[in-house]
Amino acid sequence: MSVATGAPTPQSSYLDTFEMRKIGFVERFLGPENYRILKGILTNPLSVIGVTLITFFILVAIFAPAIAPPTNLREPYMTPRDGYGPTPKPPGTEWKSRPPEIPFWWGITGKEGWVHIFGTTGGQWDLFYGIVWGTRTALKVGLTVEAFTLIIGILIGSLSAFYGGWVDEILMRITEIFMAFPYLLAALTLSAILTPVIGKGIWPPLIAMVTFGWMGYARIIRGDILSVRERDYVMAARVIGVKDRRIIFKHVIPNAIYPTLILASMNIGSDVISFAALSFLGIGTEVGYADWGQMISFARNWIPSLATYWYIVVFPGLALALFTLGWNLVGDALRDIMDPRLRRGR
Amino acid sequence: MIPGNGRKPIIKVENLQTRFHTPEGIVYAVNGVDFELGEGETLGVVGESGCGKSVTMLSVLQLIPRPPGEIVSGRAEFHGQDLLHLSNEEIRSVRGAQIGMIFQDPMTSLNPVLTIGKQVSEPLMLHLGMTKKDAADRVIELLELVGIPEAEKRLTQYPHQFSGGMRQRVMIAMALACNPQILIADEPTTALDVTIQAQIIELVKRLRDEIGMSVIWITHDLGVVAGMAQRVIVMYAGYIIEEAPVKELYSNPTHPYTLGLLNSLPRLDRGEQGRLTDIPGLPPLLLEKPVGCPFVPRCVYAHDRCSENPPLMEIAPGHRSACWWDVKEGKARHA
Repeated sequence: MSVATGAPTPQSSYLDTFEMRKIGFVERFLGPENYRILKGILTNPLSVIGVTLITFFILVAIFAPAIAPPTNLREPYMTPRDGYGPTPKPPGTEWKSRPPEIPFWWGITGKEGWVHIFGTTGGQWDLFYGIVWGTRTALKVGLTVEAFTLIIGILIGSLSAFYGGWVDEILMRITEIFMAFPYLLAALTLSAILTPVIGKGIWPPLIAMVTFGWMGYARIIRGDILSVRERDYVMAARVIGVKDRRIIFKHVIPNAIYPTLILASMNIGSDVISFAALSFLGIGTEVGYADWGQMISFARNWIPSLATYWYIVVFPGLALALFTLGWNLVGDALRDIMDPRLRRGR
Repeated sequence: MIPGNGRKPIIKVENLQTRFHTPEGIVYAVNGVDFELGEGETLGVVGESGCGKSVTMLSVLQLIPRPPGEIVSGRAEFHGQDLLHLSNEEIRSVRGAQIGMIFQDPMTSLNPVLTIGKQVSEPLMLHLGMTKKDAADRVIELLELVGIPEAEKRLTQYPHQFSGGMRQRVMIAMALACNPQILIADEPTTALDVTIQAQIIELVKRLRDEIGMSVIWITHDLGVVAGMAQRVIVMYAGYIIEEAPVKELYSNPTHPYTLGLLNSLPRLDRGEQGRLTDIPGLPPLLLEKPVGCPFVPRCVYAHDRCSENPPLMEIAPGHRSACWWDVKEGKARHA
C-alpha cells in the first residue's frame, strides 16, 4: 500500500500533526519494512563499520582468484610456498622460487617482481595467499555452521515448545546431554574421530561444530515460543478464529525468533574462531590449506621470538579479529533495528 | 430464566461449570452459571477480580487452555448449536465471524511485528474469503468506522505507532470486521485513561446501535455498566448472585454483595458527609467448592440458613437474587 497520498486532506487542522512523508524510489522499490531495516543498518555508525568489514571480507572472498591468483588451479585453496626454509621472512621479501602468476593490480605499485606482501611463515607459506583464500574458508565455515545449527536448533526448540509434555521433556534432556560436553573438547574429539572416516578437509570440524553447536538455539527459541504463546495477541488471534498453524507461523515464531537470529549472526564470528582453534590444534584441513587458524598455528614454533617475527601472528590474527568484530557489530545493530519493541517513533 | 427485556435470546448459557487443575488443587472458577443474551441487548457482567467473569466468556468460546482448564458441564446455545461441544474447526468459524471479543489491555493485544492492516484483514480473509486487496479496502472502512483518522496511511503502520486508545479502536475494528452478532468486551476500558474510556464507550454504543449487535460488557466499573447496559449480572466466586435490569439493580439491590459494591462507590446524591463503606474480607480462593452461600464469610446478614447455597430466586419481574435474606424487609425470605 502506498503511503504518500498526495495533497493533505481537508481536515488538516487536526491532521497537521502527521505530516505527509515523501517516499523516494528506493523505498518504493524495497517496501517500507526492508527500507527501514536497510536505513537502520546504514545510519547506525557501529553497524556501518560492521557492514563495511563484512562487505570487505565478502569482496575479498569473491575476488580471491584475481587478488591472489592460485598456482594450482585444481587446488586453489592450497597456499603457495616459497621454498622450505624454517625461518619466516618479513613482508616485502622478494619471491624467489616458483613465484605464482603476478596479479594484474600489482602493476599500480610500479614494481617488477612479485613479493611476499605479508611475509611468509615458517616453512615459507605465503601469508598473503593464506589470508585472502582463508577469507573464503572463514565465510564458508561461519555460514554453513550457523545455517545447520539454526535449522536443528529451531526444529528441536519449537517441537519442544509446541508439543510440551513428554516430547519436551525428552528433547530438552537430550539438549542438556549435548550441553554437558565442553564445546571445544567435544568438537575436537568428534572431528578427530570423523577425520579418518571422511578424510581431511573442512567437513570433519564443521560436522563436529554443528553437532555440538545447536543447543543454545533450541533452548532460546523454546523459551521465547513458550513466552510469546501466552501473549494477549495470540489469544486475540485465537479469538478471531485463526488456525493453529497460522498462529504458530504468523504470530508466534516471528515474535520469538529475533533473539535466536541475532545470536546466530553474532556466532558466525565465534564459529570462525572455534574453527581456527581446531585448525591451530591440527584438526581438520590438510597442511597448507588456506585457513587463518592454520596460518596462526605456523607461528607456534616462533612464539619466543614474536618481537622479530610479529607478522606471522598479526596479519592472520587481525583478519580473524576484524571478521568477528564485523559480525558482532552487525548482529548488535540488527537487534536494535528488527526488534519492534526497540523501535523509536516512526 | 429471564427473557432479555422480552427480546429474542441469541445466546443461552446453562449450568456452565469450569475448573482448573493446578498444582495447588482444583480451582472452581465457574460453578453453574446460567444467563441469556437478547438480540441487540447489552448485558453488563460485574464482579471483583477473579470471580469468574472472564473465564465464563472464554469458556463459551472454548478459549480456556485445556489442560489445565476443564469445562465440566454446561450448554451454550447459539443458533441451535451448542458452542461448548463444537469441534475445533466449527468453533473457529464462530469465533471472529459471529462472536467477536476485545480485551482489557490494548497495549499487548496486537502483534507487534504485523502491520495494523494485516491484523485487521486477518479475520476478513479467514472468514469471508476476501482477497488481500478487497480486505485492505474493507479495513480502511473499518478503521474509519471506529474513528481512526487517516486510515489509509495507518494501514502500513505497526502497533507501536498507535496510542492505547487508538489500539483499542483497532481491536474493536478487528472484532467487528465480520459483522459479528455478539461482541464480548472483557474490561475494554480498564487500561485506558478516563477521557479515552468515555470515547471507547461511546464508540461501542454507537456501533452497537448502527450494526445492531448484542454486547456482553465485562467490567468491575459499576458506573460504566449503568451508562451502557440494559441488564446486569453480578458474579461472585463463580456464581451469578444477582441479575436485574440495570435501573432495578441500582435502585433496588437485593444481594448483600451488590449492596456492598454500590455502597463502596462515591455518589453525588449522597452528600459530602456520606462515608464510603467497604466489604470486609477478600473473595474466596475457589480452591474448594464452597458449601453453602459463598458470600457468608463476608456477609453482615449471614444466618443459619446460609449454610445451604441459595438458588437464584425471582424476587421481582426480571430480577433474580441468590440470597436467603430479604434486605429490604429485614427478614428471611421464603423459598
